[in-house]
Amino acid sequence: MTSQSRNKRYVPWRIRIAVSVIAVYVLVALFAPLLAPYGQTEIVGRQFMGWSSHYLLGTDNLGRDVASRLIWGARNSVGIALVTTLLTFFIGVVFGLLAAALGGWIDYILSRIVDVIMAIPSLIASLMMLTIFGTSVLTLVLVIAVLESTRVFRLARAVALGVVVQDYFIVAKMRKEPALYLIREEILPNVLPPLAVEFGLRFCFVFLFISALSFLGLGLQPPLADWGSMVRENAMMISFLIFTPLIPAAAIAVLTIAINSVMDWVLDRSRQSRL
Amino acid sequence: MNSIARLVLRRLAIGIALLLIVSLLVFFAVELLPGDIAQVLLGQSATPEAISTLREQMHLDQPAWLRYVHWLGGFVIGDMGKSLANGQDIAKTIWQRLGNTIFLAAFAAFISVPIALGLGILTAIWRGSIFDRLANSFVLAAISTPEFFLAYILIGVLAVKFGLFPSISNINDGLPFLERLYRTVLPAITLTLVVTAHMMRMTRASIINILSTPYIEMAQLKGLRHSVIILRHALSNSWVPIINVVVLNLAYLITGVVIVEVAFVYPGLGLLLVDSVSKRDVPVVQSCCMIFAATYISLNLLADILSILANPRAQERG
Repeated sequence: MTSQSRNKRYVPWRIRIAVSVIAVYVLVALFAPLLAPYGQTEIVGRQFMGWSSHYLLGTDNLGRDVASRLIWGARNSVGIALVTTLLTFFIGVVFGLLAAALGGWIDYILSRIVDVIMAIPSLIASLMMLTIFGTSVLTLVLVIAVLESTRVFRLARAVALGVVVQDYFIVAKMRKEPALYLIREEILPNVLPPLAVEFGLRFCFVFLFISALSFLGLGLQPPLADWGSMVRENAMMISFLIFTPLIPAAAIAVLTIAINSVMDWVLDRSRQSRL
Repeated sequence: MNSIARLVLRRLAIGIALLLIVSLLVFFAVELLPGDIAQVLLGQSATPEAISTLREQMHLDQPAWLRYVHWLGGFVIGDMGKSLANGQDIAKTIWQRLGNTIFLAAFAAFISVPIALGLGILTAIWRGSIFDRLANSFVLAAISTPEFFLAYILIGVLAVKFGLFPSISNINDGLPFLERLYRTVLPAITLTLVVTAHMMRMTRASIINILSTPYIEMAQLKGLRHSVIILRHALSNSWVPIINVVVLNLAYLITGVVIVEVAFVYPGLGLLLVDSVSKRDVPVVQSCCMIFAATYISLNLLADILSILANPRAQERG
């Protein structure tokens, strides 16, 4: 190991770049209305126009400005994935910690429910649910959050089980503190670091998942600008060797690669500092 | 009865119970629809005649549990009813599509399993080398990339630019084997890229896990050659995790296949499922979901059972 990597404050260039990339995405998502030259549903010209100074990345299958839709897409695709991940964590962490703190039959029942949900591939389960409840943004967010929260549940429960055998927790329980207090004051502070990394990884997964559903035409619905649907709508351009439809797909890939690299690095470092 | 047989039977029983629960979920999820199912499925503009025909076709006048028993019984003997969209026999369509999907998945597995295991073992041995780092970057990129991105890059470059392979997989039963293989190459490569990355990462992790155990350290301290340690000592204990990795990734192929089939318009079960979801063709969706879920559960079960059988420690206990 080099002396550089021992230094706590040393951050490799790879990671600095990845963090800046994530920051750019966040800024674009926040300031989309200021940055985008046109509205996301606005029809500005003919269909499939080439790249020009007016329409930086040309126009799409309905004559909408691709560059503007790309920018709005940052807000829609990343925003909805973020909301979904937050909800996923809320459900998963609350039930996971409850199961660990209370134990007994509550733990048993919750764990068996999670086992059953995890036995079904999540893409298949969500396609089934979307057939029944229709494809609105709300159902999309709820269905994915419930399905994905199973993985967070398992992690939160497993980490918390390490806490509930500690003396300070047993003492707090003997003081007859309420369950909410036990979770908030005793367990949560001790399980936050592993959950934070999991949040990044889970976000990537949810983001890819929603993009895949949108690509299948079952995620975010038109005319909302969304990266997965943009690929679907303009895929035929590839047969004419116009690679514009790949730009939103690349936008998805770059963001997930950046987040995954940062999380990998954080995990690596926490492992090293423990040694 | 020895303990291995008991363990295997236990897993089998759990698997069957899971399948039953999944079938209950798949069937009764439809009952969650608010109001009249026929009305909701056909939409607001449906005529009363159409609705009453559908009610009759779905036997909505019978209680739900009776319909479930009929449905499951029919499913087991291969009678899945008729499609709402085109009135065709579902079982016939599904068998044909399932064949195509298995062909594609088998093709992808055939390429990816040897590559992934080879690369996974090599990166574990040469851990920290440039080769390992390059391979890890590839893995990170491949698992962070949407499947459809890879699919369209391959279509753009290999199909359109160089014209090597057809961009749309036009498959039918009458095709000779080689022609069929040729038309399936691009979707198979896409799937291979994704699955190889996952499988390689898991193989590497499990080998590294074994290399850090005390008996390997002992072998190193004895002064054995590196290759002997890997081949004789580490690998013989790696079969359990490796079998697990392979089978679990075959299960992963199931969901990957849906997106890849849509990107290449490959007439498999995944494309059928997605088409039926957008048409809200409930009986077809139910049947497809049951087949996907059953395959997934069976593969996981197979992984469990194989690792019980291959684990020498479990056998000693018997």
